[in-house]
Amino acid sequence: MIKVVDLHKSFGKLDVLKGITVKIEQGEVVAIIGPSGSGKSTFLRCLNLLEQPTRGQIWIGSQEITNRQTDMMKVREKIGMVFQHFHLFPHMTVLENVTYAPIKVKGMSKSDAETQGMELLGKVGLVSKANEYPSRLSGGQKQRVAIARALAMSPEIMLFDEPTSALDPEMVKEVLEVMKSLAYTGMTMAVVTHEMGFAREVADRVLFLDGGQLIEDAPPNEFFASPKSKRAQEFLEKVL
Amino acid sequence: MSVSLNFSQFIPTIPFILQGIGVTLKIVASAALLGFAFGIVLALFKIGRIKLLTWLADLYTSIFRGTPLVLQLMIIYFGMPQMIGFEIEAFPAAVIAFGLNSAAYISEIIRAGILAVDSGQREAAMALGVPYPLMMRNIILPQAFKHILPALMNEFITLTKESAVVTVIGAMDIMRRAYIVGGDKYAFFEPLLIAGIIYYILVMILTMLGKVIEGRMRKSD
Ligand SMILES: Nc1ncnc2c1ncn2[C@@H]1O[C@H](COP(=O)(O)OP(=O)(O)O)[C@@H](O)[C@H]1O
Ligand SMILES: [Mg+2]
Repeated sequence: MIKVVDLHKSFGKLDVLKGITVKIEQGEVVAIIGPSGSGKSTFLRCLNLLEQPTRGQIWIGSQEITNRQTDMMKVREKIGMVFQHFHLFPHMTVLENVTYAPIKVKGMSKSDAETQGMELLGKVGLVSKANEYPSRLSGGQKQRVAIARALAMSPEIMLFDEPTSALDPEMVKEVLEVMKSLAYTGMTMAVVTHEMGFAREVADRVLFLDGGQLIEDAPPNEFFASPKSKRAQEFLEKVL
Repeated sequence: MSVSLNFSQFIPTIPFILQGIGVTLKIVASAALLGFAFGIVLALFKIGRIKLLTWLADLYTSIFRGTPLVLQLMIIYFGMPQMIGFEIEAFPAAVIAFGLNSAAYISEIIRAGILAVDSGQREAAMALGVPYPLMMRNIILPQAFKHILPALMNEFITLTKESAVVTVIGAMDIMRRAYIVGGDKYAFFEPLLIAGIIYYILVMILTMLGKVIEGRMRKSD
């Protein structure tokens, strides 16, 4: 469970998040949508403290992570993140990418990490690429490895920041399929996306952000059928 | 004008000059190791968040790059005993002087290399809960080194050539030996030419070695 209360984030004079309050239940999938620059990435990055919130509280389960005493590293172990541009480690093979953090951060044995890594690569359909370097993979394959790498830490929550935006159109589907099957395992997911089809089909709720504020929070059928705010209506007219 | 070169009388002295290769390489290798290790530390200070350390590292670099190497060498060899109360041998003095000097240059190279690594790498590591020291060692520095290998190799080659100034403190390197032979025979051109050829061959070997290592490291691209 994620609970966010009155979250603010500024960069210098620029107020990017202006008081966001929202709750995401265990096992829920939320799609976060909104115009570019509305603060979607910043919101997501606050959830695993890649950005330090300026004000407000965030709870992950029963732990308040915005508390100064919180061990940020321990929090991040529990939260996986997938980036728009993958950020695979280019000097490591696919399998090494997937086993690095479990070995070095969790202290898992190499053989256990590799067994688990191969299993995860199986789940994303990339067993045959285990010993390739990332530069030899297509964008879609890279993103699937990035998902496997995050899952290797057995996170309780997965954050996705526009995971398909950097992909050629023909590769979007393979990544969305992996995310969909992950959603069906009961993983708690927060997904910033422009894929309205995915939001409609997989998400339990849609959060619409604009100007650093949470403008709407509704189930997808409700949101897409009859957005309440003018800003959401305008946004949907543009993207649909 | 008469040009008289007589190499034959120098042939017996060649082994004596060649022995200087060992001395030169020992000084260069030790200084390179020292410079590299200390250069990494300085580079980490420069990119770190502790302002005082950044300032100190920048000041250090500025001083070592802003004064002649031969002066630094002479301060350590001739000057330091006054401060510390005992003599320093030529070899450690040379290693310290070259090591400290190249640390300044190497730290700049490494700093630029670290900054050239995509910031996403750092974020991905942080998101996985990788602590800062591990992230630097396993993720950022290996990638930085790949970018800067040619520059590092260059620095190493410069060091090999510049090491000839140890002759001013009497270390028995290639240069010094060539000079001694010249003094013996009252003819400097031939032994210095021999020394020049030796340095050139050393530099060519280092250049080739650099290319080989670079090629190996490109395997993941
Ligand atoms: N590290 C940063 N420093 C300064 N400004 C930032 C930083 N990160 C994001 N911003 C600004 O915050 C605003 C929101 O950015 P972002 O959260 O990336 O929006 P979105 O993901 O919705 O496109 C933008 O105006 C962006 O320029
Ligand atoms: Mg964004």
